[in-house]
Amino acid sequence: MTNEITPEYKKAVLTVLYQLADDDYLFSYRGSEWLGLAPHIEEDVAFSSITQDTMGHAKLYYTLLEELGEGSADSLAQLRPKEERCNSLLVERPNGEGYYKEAPNYDWGYAVARNYIYTTAKKAKIDALKASSYAPIREVAVKISTELYYHQMHWTTWFTQLCTATEESRSRMMKALQEVIKDAGDLLSFGKSVKHITACELIESEVAIKERWLAIVTPTFEAVEIAIPVLPDPIINGRDGQHTDDLTSAIETMSEVYRSDLAASW
Amino acid sequence: MATTGLHEAHIYEVLDAVKDPEIDTVSIIDLGMIERVQVNDGHIRIEVLPTFSGCPALTIIQQNIKKAVEQLDGVREVSVVFINHPTWTSDRVTEKGREGLKKFGIAPPPRFLKEDGSWHVDCPYCGSTYVTLENIFGPTACRSILYCKSCKNPFEAMKIISTSM
Repeated sequence: MTNEITPEYKKAVLTVLYQLADDDYLFSYRGSEWLGLAPHIEEDVAFSSITQDTMGHAKLYYTLLEELGEGSADSLAQLRPKEERCNSLLVERPNGEGYYKEAPNYDWGYAVARNYIYTTAKKAKIDALKASSYAPIREVAVKISTELYYHQMHWTTWFTQLCTATEESRSRMMKALQEVIKDAGDLLSFGKSVKHITACELIESEVAIKERWLAIVTPTFEAVEIAIPVLPDPIINGRDGQHTDDLTSAIETMSEVYRSDLAASW
Repeated sequence: MATTGLHEAHIYEVLDAVKDPEIDTVSIIDLGMIERVQVNDGHIRIEVLPTFSGCPALTIIQQNIKKAVEQLDGVREVSVVFINHPTWTSDRVTEKGREGLKKFGIAPPPRFLKEDGSWHVDCPYCGSTYVTLENIFGPTACRSILYCKSCKNPFEAMKIISTSM
């Protein structure tokens, strides 16, 4: 399967996989902090199910990294420090003020806006990855897209409803969307290795992915009569290991049990 | 020791006794999870398609397959590997699997997508078509929650998973 790959090609594959894996891992972690807090019980079931699927997607990517000799999937997910992470800024942002175990003051509008933007960006990438030059990535993309279908439908429904329900919900969604877009500069970026990644035909160019994303979100933004947001240039680029301290605390919390006994079998 | 008597058919027989850890009326063969079985002089390789990416039962299934096949005479080594190609889709659930799901109170995955991408589920208890979808997502990754307006039972249905969606 991987007999023919050159060191340069392998490096590009690793770069892409780390970005995809870390994105879904952190997105899933932020989702898990909402457990028990969603506006109603059916949403709690849905959101946690999506979060579980997404952790499964991260696992698929980390497993491909494991197969390429990067170490065990668990240790890649749990033990890598902030500087080695390649997730986007958007997924490392906390859900809001407070802590989920005590007085969480999370905004559902922000959650819906972030989940909608993240999920549509993920859809754009997954569709492009179905034509990746690296077969294991193609195969995983096909698998993930069968589940992503439901996630996209879910967050599009919420996004549309909250943007059109009442004046209050609409204005809160507009504000949430601004917050989300401000952090989304590196979401569709591949960082400094972009030329190498696209030359290896692992995924389409950033421009082509952005066009895919626009094609996905345009009907929704037209339906709710909100201008399609313009993704800004990155403030910092998570793809190149630039992160905030929010990521450090997220990794610490997420890996606390794992680090407590590295030899244990869960 | 003679190992020539060991055939793929024997392995499949054993695999049909390995049940879904949460649904004991269906086997992993019924679910369409087994893609390939190779027998080579007592060395058995079984390729399995994971159903839902985040399903915590997958590791348990992997261990249960290994344990079950290791019981067979003439088996030296068993490797159970998950593969991602082809991808598992819900139309791989067999007729026996569909009946087994119903017995457990779970409606089998819808077989057909209409032209507009919609699909329909019947109540697994009374067969009524008069049902409402309460939540596409359910208590496990593979199931949705529905309600039968005829027999007044809440029930679950296995999600449709298709590469054409």
